Formats: sequence, structure tokens, C-alpha cells
Amino acid sequence: MTEAKTLYEKIWDAHVVDQRDDGTALIYIDRHLVHEVTSPQAFEGLRKAGRKVRRPDLTLAVPDHNLPTTARIDADGNKIPIADPQSAAQLEALEANAPAFGIKYIGASDREQGIVHVIGPEQGFTLPGTTLVCGDSHTAAHGALGALAFGIGTSEVEHVLATQTLQLSRSKSMEIRVEGLLGPGISPKDLILHIIGVIGAAGGTGHVIEYRGEVFEQMSIEGRLTVSNMSIEAGARAGLIAPDDKTFAYLKGRPMAPKGADWDAAVAYWKTLRSDDDARFDKSVTINAADVAPTVTWGTSPEDVIPVTGHVPAPESFTDPSKQDAARKSLDYMGLASGQALSDVAVENIFIGSCTNSRIEDLRAAAKILDGRKKAEGVKWAIVVPGSGLVKAQAEAEGLDKIFTASGFEWREPGCSACLGMNPDKVPAGERCASTSNRNFVGRQGPGARTHLMSPAMAAAAAVTGKLTDVRELIG
Amino acid sequence: MKPVRKVEGRAIPFGRKNVDTDVIISAKWLKTISRDGLGEGAFESVRAQEGNVFDDPEYAGAPILIAGDNFGCGSSREHAAWALDDMGVRAIIAPSFSDIFSSNAFKNGLLAIPLPQAAIDRLMEVAKTDPIAVDMESMSVTTPFQDRFTFEMDPFRQQCLMDGLDEIDLTMAKSDAIEAHETRVDSAQSWHKPVMA
Repeated sequence: MTEAKTLYEKIWDAHVVDQRDDGTALIYIDRHLVHEVTSPQAFEGLRKAGRKVRRPDLTLAVPDHNLPTTARIDADGNKIPIADPQSAAQLEALEANAPAFGIKYIGASDREQGIVHVIGPEQGFTLPGTTLVCGDSHTAAHGALGALAFGIGTSEVEHVLATQTLQLSRSKSMEIRVEGLLGPGISPKDLILHIIGVIGAAGGTGHVIEYRGEVFEQMSIEGRLTVSNMSIEAGARAGLIAPDDKTFAYLKGRPMAPKGADWDAAVAYWKTLRSDDDARFDKSVTINAADVAPTVTWGTSPEDVIPVTGHVPAPESFTDPSKQDAARKSLDYMGLASGQALSDVAVENIFIGSCTNSRIEDLRAAAKILDGRKKAEGVKWAIVVPGSGLVKAQAEAEGLDKIFTASGFEWREPGCSACLGMNPDKVPAGERCASTSNRNFVGRQGPGARTHLMSPAMAAAAAVTGKLTDVRELIG
Repeated sequence: MKPVRKVEGRAIPFGRKNVDTDVIISAKWLKTISRDGLGEGAFESVRAQEGNVFDDPEYAGAPILIAGDNFGCGSSREHAAWALDDMGVRAIIAPSFSDIFSSNAFKNGLLAIPLPQAAIDRLMEVAKTDPIAVDMESMSVTTPFQDRFTFEMDPFRQQCLMDGLDEIDLTMAKSDAIEAHETRVDSAQSWHKPVMA
């Protein structure tokens, strides 16, 4: 009898190139996504050492972090240059490095351009059972399709470019089993925020999380991507959801996905990719879906979550003294008082976008709330940044852009945007943002910016009322 | 990579938990195409506060940083490791590190030393007045007061750090095994390569 294995162990074992006695292994990397911010120093390193890219055919480059989300082509069809000289230099570096090393490059004004973690699945570059890396921590997203996907630093980017492998030690495995189904108006974003609240921002450190339970089986691929994306906010290296018929249906016909007989062979293999019934996880956590409410963050760590119907917690309510101290600092930074009702908190900015929530379903969910409504007067800035040019085109075909602009939102070009405030899209100091992104860290959306993380529907609801709002009140 | 066998000197008693890499180096500093000069931007939001430990002359040039649980969480930006290195930090001691930061630190010869919270509490006390020493050979952290805390690290990383080995060179020496894997996959999984137009 063969030993029972988790999905993680199956993928890991299939990629071991060389096993060391100390437990670390050289792991083959099947897919590498490259963007403009974490790659220039890696290409420079290759150049200095006179090394080539081992497998350009497994590598895909696209700019996303730094690009302004305003128009990229003028009325005459000419490219509009980036005003910020440093951002322009980073973009130019990628534009030069990709062809110099033989890597396929999707350009800033190409229709397929978008956030790395949106275009990987969208293009069929991400496949079940593959190992996929990118110099970005939210690479965890791709685990939604059953790929072992994780973020790496620039030295590792260089290592993968040169050798198509990484020297890794095996992570522990963690099962997050969700019992039951989500209630009406509750989204995958609420679920993952709730999970991070339960296990904590370091709860998954050293682990790869597999999400299991009927709720994930019923969830769309877009929803699964939202969940797996934020695995890193719980400290986990990667998230995984076993591929199923939904995964196969999502991938079939995508440009870079296998075709014909190759497709059939691939599906046959992918069907073997699930944790065996008697596989053992190092850690197991059970979550009751009925406990999940529309969830928002109140502090400056993604673990600082609370139902939108709740009140800002008192720092003294935490048992850990260092958490008490952190909560005090967070409340001070966020300009909140303990005991304050979240529904009284006014927001001036709304950001719908990021690799967590910028896919077509996210935009549909937000548009559904905004249809026939206008943003509140107190909301000064509201933008929608689609995850890719293809998401943008799809949304426009469905008329979603008209709904957004009619309600007072700006309809932007794809990119990472106000999720990390590297491009001009920033939240002013001292102001609040209802944001569908993934991090509420101090200064993340701009120096002094106050971020409240939530789902697209909840961000839309906040836009309509000008306050943090339970979206269920608007869907009566 | 330069070999690192010992780091000795004053330690900055920062102590904070969940220090994310946005706090270590904020996004505006990521627009560089070089690895140098990031120390200037390190802990910018913390240094904006009066009386912060980083600007305390007591800890000027300190090669060690002491922090709380989950140090380096969040973004994968290696700029965080480069910024710490550029500000003169050679070792960080904390109860735990994010997986990505820990790897980024290692690749830059920066020691990420895990010790239990009780040891951290003691070192935070000592750091206020006296130096601390990290020794890679004996895998221990010591103080002038006979404190001795041992830590664990995988032997491969320990060796690479102590000998200053270039990991890409080490891996390239295994190119036969890499090629064998590629041949195996090519024959077993015809669908494996992305279809690139």
C-alpha cells in the first residue's frame, strides 16, 4: 500500500530534482511570472555573472505594480509616457530585459496586460499540479487552481531564471476545513478575512494551507482566487484548493492551456490531484461558515477583523500584552476609539481592485450594489481598477463601466494601483479608504492612509452610504 | 556572498510584533533598479515618530535588531533585506520570521535568528545597556552576563552563511539532475509547457 499523501505532498514529490539529507530539496519550477518591480536586480545579477535564462519558455513577464491607471494611449494611438522617471525606468528595464533574455512579454498597453495574478489564470499559464513562483507574495493566489504557488524574493527570482529550480525546505501542511455554506450577502472575501482573524497573521507561518469543504467546491474560480490569494496574510507560504470540474471548465480554451489530446492527458492527471482520504495534516482548523458575517478590518494587521455590525475592540480585551500595545498603536493610527460602532465610521475613498478582488465577478458584485445608486457626497475619490485588459473589456461588454461611472466612480486601466500606492493612486494621509485589497498595513495605501479591507460588494455599499455599511441592508 | 561567522555589538531593542516589510521599507523606495542606498528609507514611518529607537544615538551603527513575532511579514520585497543591510544591520533576532523574509535575509548574508519570547525579553533588557553576540559556529546568542541562548537553522543555510557560498553556483553544479527531471516531464506530460504564441 502506498502512503497517503496530501495534495501539497503530491505536488512537492513530483517536483523534487535532488533531495538532501537535511530534508531540503531542489524543487523544479514549472512557471515563473515576472514583473517590473522585483526583477531588475535579478536580471542585472544574471548579466554580471554571464548567465542565461534556463527556460524562457516557462517564463512570462508583464508590468503591473508601477503603471499609472490613467490612459496609456492618446487619441492618436501613441503611447503616453510615464511621468515619474523612476517608474518609467523600471518599466523600460523590463521592456528591455524580457526580449534580451528571450522571455515572452505582455506590454503596458497590450489588451492582455494586467496584474500578474489575474493574467496567470486568465491566460491558462497557471495549471493544476504545477509549481509557480513570482517575485510577489500574493502568488499564493494561483493555488486556487491547484498549483503550488508562492512568492519569492529577488535573489530567488534570479535563481529561478538561472536554474529553473529553488532550494527549499518542505513546509508543514495545514488543513482549513469550512463546515457549511456562506449566508446571503457573504462573499469569499468575508470568509478569508474571517479565517485570518481566527488563525492570526502568523497562524500559517511555515505551512501550506489546503482549503477544504463544500463551500469551496461550490465557489467559483474567481472566489477561490480571492481566498487563496490572502493565504499569505495568515503567514502561509501558499494556499491550495484541489482542482475539480470547475477548474477544468475555467481553464479549457484559455490561450496558454493545453489543447486537443494534450488537454485530455492533462485532465486525466489533474484528476489525481487531491489529498488522499487518510492523509495527515500537521495542523487542522475547522471554521463554521455560519459564523462568517460581512467582515472588515479595524486595525493595521489583516488579523484585525470584525463583523461590520460590531464595535471597535478595546486594546485591553486582548490577552497578549504585545497585542494590546499593537492595538493601541493601530487605533491611534486609524483614528478610531474603542467601542465605536463600525457603522458610524465615515470613509472618503473607495478602491475596488487589486489581485485579490479585481476579476469579473468582483466587478459584477460591486456593480450590482451601485446600479441606480450614487456615491455619497462625503466620498471624494472612488476608483475601479480592473485586474486585466480582458476583465476590463468583459466588464464593458456587460455595461458595468457605465454603472460605475454613473454612480460617480472612475473607470481605470489595469494594474496594482492603490493596493500598494506605488503608482500615483494613493489615499491621502489621515483619510479612510474602503478597499477590496489585501493589506491594511501602516502607510500601505500612502503615508498616513487608513485602510479598511472588505469585499467588493461591501466597498460599493460604503460608497453609497459614505460609511462602513452592512451590504445586506442594501440587498433587501 | 560574504561569509558571516560572528555578529557582535549593540542591538536595537525594537521588540514590535508583526513588523511587515511595508514598515521596513515603504513602496516609494521600491522604484529603484539597484540594491543600494535603501538604508535611508528603512523604517521611515517609525522614524517619523519622536523618541524612536532607530534614531537614538545609543544604538547608532548597531549591527543587531531585536523584534517580536512574525518579523518581515507581508510583501515579498527583498528591498527589506537590502534596506536592513544598508543601515548596517547584520542580524535580526525574533521569535519567528515570515518564510519569505527569512529566505531573503539568508540570500543576502543577513542572519535571521529565531529565539523563544523569553530569550527575546531578556535580550531586550540587555540591549538597552550592553552588547550582544551571535555566533554561527556554535549557533548561539550570548551576553556579557553569561546568558547563552542556542538557536536552530538548517545545516545547509548555516554552511552557506559561514562559507559565503553562492547558491546559484551550487545549484548549477546539479544541472544533470535538473536536465533529467526535464526529460522525465517532457516524456510523461506532453501538455506541460505553456502554449505561447
